[in-house]
Amino acid sequence: MIIYTALILLLILTIFISSGHKGSHSWIDIGPFALQPAEFAKFATALALSHVISRYDFHLKGFRNYAIVCALFLLPMVIIIAQNETGSALVFSSFFLVLYRKGMPGVLLFLSFLAIVLFIIVIKFGDPLAESLSQNTFWSSFGSIGLLVACILIFLTVVGFLLVFHHDTESVWFLIKILISTIVVALAINYFFSLSYCLFAIAFLLFVFAWSVVRAWRAPISSSIRTPSRKFFSLLAVFTLSATLYSQSASMAFNVLQPHQQSRIRVVLGMEDDPKGAGYNVNQSKIAIGSGQFIGKGFLNGTQTKLNYVPEQETDFIFCTIGEEFGFVGSFLVLFLYLLLMIRIVQIAERQNEEFNQIYGYCVATILFFHFAINIGMVIGLAPIIGIPLPFFSYGGSSLWSFTIMLFVLLRLDASRLER
Amino acid sequence: MAIGNDIHIGRKNVIITLMVIVFVVYILRLLQLQIFDETYKNSADNNAFLHKTRYPARGLIYDRNGKLLVYNKPAYDVMVIINEVHDLDTIDFCRTVNITKDQFCSLIEKMKRQPGYTPYTPQQLIAQLSIEEYAVLQEKLFRFPGFYIQDRTLREYTYPCAAHALGYVSEVTEQEIEENPYYKRGDYIGRSGIEKQYESVLCGIKGYEILLRDSRGRLKGKYQDGKLDRASVSGKNIQLSLDIELQQYGEKLMQNKIGSVVAIEPSTGEVLAFVASPAYNPSDLVGRDRSRNFPLLNKNPLKPLLDRPLQARYPPGSTFKVLNSLIFQHEGIITPATRYGCAHGFSYGGLHVGCHGHPSPLDMRHSLQTSCNGYYCHGLHDMLDTHRRKYGSVQEALNTWKNHVVSFGFGYKTGIDLPHENRGYIPNASVYDKVYGTKGWSGVTIISIAIGQGEVLATPIQEANYVSAIANHGWWITPHVVKKIYGDTIPSSLLEKHVTSVDPKFFDASIDGMEMAVQGGTARVAQLPGVRVCAKTGTAQNPHGKDHSVFIAFAPRENPKIAIAVFVENAGFGATWAGPIASLMMEKYLTGGIADNRKYLEERMVNANLIPTNPKER
Repeated sequence: MIIYTALILLLILTIFISSGHKGSHSWIDIGPFALQPAEFAKFATALALSHVISRYDFHLKGFRNYAIVCALFLLPMVIIIAQNETGSALVFSSFFLVLYRKGMPGVLLFLSFLAIVLFIIVIKFGDPLAESLSQNTFWSSFGSIGLLVACILIFLTVVGFLLVFHHDTESVWFLIKILISTIVVALAINYFFSLSYCLFAIAFLLFVFAWSVVRAWRAPISSSIRTPSRKFFSLLAVFTLSATLYSQSASMAFNVLQPHQQSRIRVVLGMEDDPKGAGYNVNQSKIAIGSGQFIGKGFLNGTQTKLNYVPEQETDFIFCTIGEEFGFVGSFLVLFLYLLLMIRIVQIAERQNEEFNQIYGYCVATILFFHFAINIGMVIGLAPIIGIPLPFFSYGGSSLWSFTIMLFVLLRLDASRLER
Repeated sequence: MAIGNDIHIGRKNVIITLMVIVFVVYILRLLQLQIFDETYKNSADNNAFLHKTRYPARGLIYDRNGKLLVYNKPAYDVMVIINEVHDLDTIDFCRTVNITKDQFCSLIEKMKRQPGYTPYTPQQLIAQLSIEEYAVLQEKLFRFPGFYIQDRTLREYTYPCAAHALGYVSEVTEQEIEENPYYKRGDYIGRSGIEKQYESVLCGIKGYEILLRDSRGRLKGKYQDGKLDRASVSGKNIQLSLDIELQQYGEKLMQNKIGSVVAIEPSTGEVLAFVASPAYNPSDLVGRDRSRNFPLLNKNPLKPLLDRPLQARYPPGSTFKVLNSLIFQHEGIITPATRYGCAHGFSYGGLHVGCHGHPSPLDMRHSLQTSCNGYYCHGLHDMLDTHRRKYGSVQEALNTWKNHVVSFGFGYKTGIDLPHENRGYIPNASVYDKVYGTKGWSGVTIISIAIGQGEVLATPIQEANYVSAIANHGWWITPHVVKKIYGDTIPSSLLEKHVTSVDPKFFDASIDGMEMAVQGGTARVAQLPGVRVCAKTGTAQNPHGKDHSVFIAFAPRENPKIAIAVFVENAGFGATWAGPIASLMMEKYLTGGIADNRKYLEERMVNANLIPTNPKER
């Protein structure tokens, strides 16, 4: 109980400190030190989350409980975004994995994954130039391949839901027949007119939506494995409609982002080739890592890093130095050690008796995983550039402290496992 | 809450699988970046290593007496890496290098238009600052980030002469870069003369130093303390066979005249003087002056850039009679005692080749002494027509004659070690067959070749070489201007001995005739006290205007030291202008100076202006 109070206090304190610096940078100066509370917020949030979920009367069910849990980490997230530290804020989304472990439906994970995929496809294969023009180009924007692919994906998802949850092959066949006839009609019409196929795809999805609504109307309230419930069809209808609308509006949402973020995303998607502009960091870091080759250039012999070609090389791009000076061997070793560490933490979490300890362990593992995946991903050009440090490598006391504290608290919890 | 029956325990594996997937994807990506893709390695090297070229000093050129003719002086190119330029104070920069802002802008524009321009690598902005301009810029260079100095060497000449033999250097063209990757843009390459012919000897080998450069383009010292640097290897020095004093004297004598003087040492084939007139100062085609002077020289109607000793073709005129006297002797057409009558020339049917007043009939020696036209017309007529049966046909007879002529170095390139040589022209039978038909011509038809006119054309170098062959009694060595390459040998083709097809025993009589011409004939102007000079005058007919004055000579008769051929265009008789010039040249070379009683002759030659005012006459 003492620990619990302290944790809550720490969390409040952290949020307090952070919010005090809203609008400015996320650093506070304490004498000669500069502290980044956002780093510690992760730790505090992890404790709070673990505490809330592990309460005796708490079940990860129902809208209210989800709202409480999400609010726990969305609050610091929002505050940190307000600090202009989007990167650190995104780290909090790693808690979804923890929730997943604790029983959050996998569909939600899948849907968020699908959302990302749809976004990427629409942005990458859509025609952003046509989008940004006036309303006159509204129809021509339907000609984008990205949209067509997105529609196909949505349809496949619908089919997938029907098959996975209810083995409803009957409905699937019906939908496929409709699809085929739509394609035939589309081909026939386009023989005379040159209408965009996306138009037909969207029309088809709208039909699926309508069909779901009708089925929901007629379906029994109670559910069995063969007969999908009204609720299922309602959700299916909601999914189809919202996914379709989401695909349409993804590019608009994209335009809401700040220009430098837009261009970073474009560079990662390979839509922009700009080695001197937004792509400079990634390009130089890829050069640094690529030039390391198999065994690297040797300790302190990296030309890319020593001559300052790679920016942020002490902090976010620290992995370049490893890649350049120790080559593939060194990089492999580092990645492998991270993997071992993460798996080890998961195992430690799994062997806990206390649910609090287990959830906390998962929080540590997923935060570490997120940092690892995003940081190294951005350095090797697979993830967008989000400025988050590489745990235990990047220069900076706050990050090192926060990860050290997180790990050692976990070890302490693990050690106390046998005490009771 | 203690953990009881956890229905979601399997999700542990999903999470671990996710981690492993990310790990594997990243490892694959690293494999691609680090192992399979070499471009990143190169990019890193291009980023970090600045290969700074160390330009080698071009080989020096000396004359036959070891006098330095060509050396190098430092010059400084201003290089710029556009991407590294920031906060440039253009006005200050322009003032420092002494150009206007407009010039600066046009230089930048010009640089950007160059093929191969990139903003990431050093590009040449201003070529060849002098050391004074460089000093001013160097002091302020830190204020102009992105600007660098590349030191180079430029050619510098101790004597303002021998331009045609020495040649000049200029920047390589795109095509040359493609042909030979050794050359990079901005490098210099020999364009003519020795500089071109011996480019591979003179140019040396470029070295480089590897400097580390940071992301802002600041140099961070040498890579591995210069262990991988390579020093440049200077070009090899060359000693020419030219005697620069004689060369300079020849150019002085030829000033305000159009023509050539070529002097050869007969025993070695070494060219002693190689005068093309009008000439130019080789320093005019160096550095930044070049771009101003080259078009001027190129447009000059007197064509000072024309390498006349190698490229101008003249009828050899009467100088050819010595060769014909040798051929006729060798072919048994005449002996030195053979006399032909000359009634003011050679008449056959309606044809008449005029001659001048002299006793008649003459033997061969006297025909050379007096330069009798009739004698050689008779001789050729006898060879091609009267004694045709000996050869089978006039064609065979002419080709026999031609082969003799060619063996003296006419009609083909002599092989001198200078570029752009012209081969002259010696006709063979098929040429006349084409013009007149196989039955349509005889010796009489082509009689003018007997006296070195008509179709016969020779370059001054061929004439000089021909004199050399006479002086040697029937052999010559490929004429060459390079005597020695330090640290190397000269090409063996330059030392090749060519034997003429005329037997050596016939030479004495013909040389007698040449000596008599000096002692009491047409070439009296060539007399030198105490030296047995042999010479022959010539007058090359010029269809455009006044005849060209030709003179060949060698001296002394025994162990000849110098053989010389002089052509002065539009100057009339050989004895009037070409003769004195040849004579003075020989005197200068053999005695080291000009005797007082011949100073008047020197003065007359130097001061004469024989350039025709009417350009059509040339």
